[in-house]
Amino acid sequence: MMIFLEQVMAILWKDVRYELRSKQMWTGMGLFAILVLVIFNFAFDLRVDNKAAVAPGALWVAFVFASMLGLGRTIAAEREKGSMDRLLLCPVDRKAIYLAKLLGNMLFIGVVEIVALPIFAALFDIPLFVGVFLPVVLLGTLGIAAVGTLFSAMAAATRARELLLPILVFPLIVPIVIGAVRVTGSLMVPTANEPPWLGLIAAFDIIFLSVSMLTFEYVVEE
Amino acid sequence: MKPVSDLCLEIQGLKKSFGFKPILRGIDLELYRGQRMALMGANGTGKTTFLRILAGLTKPSAGVVCVNGLDIVQNAQQVRRLVGFVAHQPYLYEELTALENLLFFGKMYTVIDAQERAIYLLRRVGLEKKARERVTTLSRGQVQRLSLARALLHMPQLLLLDEPDTGLDQEGHELIEAVLAEHIAQSGTALFTTHQPERALKLGDSIVLLQGGRIAFQQRTAGLELDSLQLSYTEAVSL
Repeated sequence: MMIFLEQVMAILWKDVRYELRSKQMWTGMGLFAILVLVIFNFAFDLRVDNKAAVAPGALWVAFVFASMLGLGRTIAAEREKGSMDRLLLCPVDRKAIYLAKLLGNMLFIGVVEIVALPIFAALFDIPLFVGVFLPVVLLGTLGIAAVGTLFSAMAAATRARELLLPILVFPLIVPIVIGAVRVTGSLMVPTANEPPWLGLIAAFDIIFLSVSMLTFEYVVEE
Repeated sequence: MKPVSDLCLEIQGLKKSFGFKPILRGIDLELYRGQRMALMGANGTGKTTFLRILAGLTKPSAGVVCVNGLDIVQNAQQVRRLVGFVAHQPYLYEELTALENLLFFGKMYTVIDAQERAIYLLRRVGLEKKARERVTTLSRGQVQRLSLARALLHMPQLLLLDEPDTGLDQEGHELIEAVLAEHIAQSGTALFTTHQPERALKLGDSIVLLQGGRIAFQQRTAGLELDSLQLSYTEAVSL
């Protein structure tokens, strides 16, 4: 178990260091998320009465679209110049590779969220850090990254990976995005008799995480 | 006849197809500890596929491959620990330094004293002054040397080298010879591909010539003349 965790951390450390030096992903993802928020802010007539209806959707659309840019990169970078073989050659549990890539993706998306959230709060004039907002962001990000990491590995082996990734991922993360938007909305304007969206997101996360960990090996190996 | 306990690599009826295209059509081979085998053949005869199967990167379509008695499919992780592979691709991370690459792979192979081993190997392949430089700044030959250090990092039993001379200068060729000799002296086993008959004769104890996914020629190098080998190779390549 210790070796497993050490290998996860080593792959994660390598990915972070690699990204810090190449700076390919964070810059693009961050700028993209901010642009989406700005465009939404100007595209909709945000009065007090309709703000709660538009703002949560805008926020999660920005997160999901920016995530797609980053999700394609972590595995694609591994596939370039020697492909995944660099890791597959090693006696490493494939679950460790998946977990490290998942944590890396969560970290990259998390950094973008940290940058985008204050801008979102300022543009839409919405207070942050109320109720369960942070757990929603965390669980929503986990769900997107769990599915995205698996499918980015699948898409990375194809020529049309940039096109294929969103086509594969978007339908699967719909329940998570709906849940996250509804919880975020209910934090702005509390509504009665809402289904337990947070529990639903957590359940989807567990399902996606389990299935992805079990199937990753078959996706990356020939 | 060597004892079975000395058998490092045992291959029976190995076949590999990609879709409907057969690449390897039934290979039987035995390689004992302390032996060096040269694998030759024209482009597209399956040499690289053969090595990738032995390295655990590609699964065989049929047949049995055992390294130190361990089936390569059933015990893939254990076999990967026994194999070092220098491929066409260097399998290194360009944005990391030479030392960082070796330390990373040291963790992947759970090498004890990885730092010392990495520094020793960098010195051994003549890259000690490049330890803190990123791979992207290294020349093709230096990358090949680093790739060799990566393959040797976990002290593999079976060393697989796919055209190891690629990009290397004369000093690099001598390095390959010396490293192979050290590996064999430590009861290691090596299998390498080359297109140069003279290199095969110099580095190998035996030579296997692949043709159409099958072994067309297998002979010990002792007593084998270069002209005779060149003739066999030219015939195989021209077919």
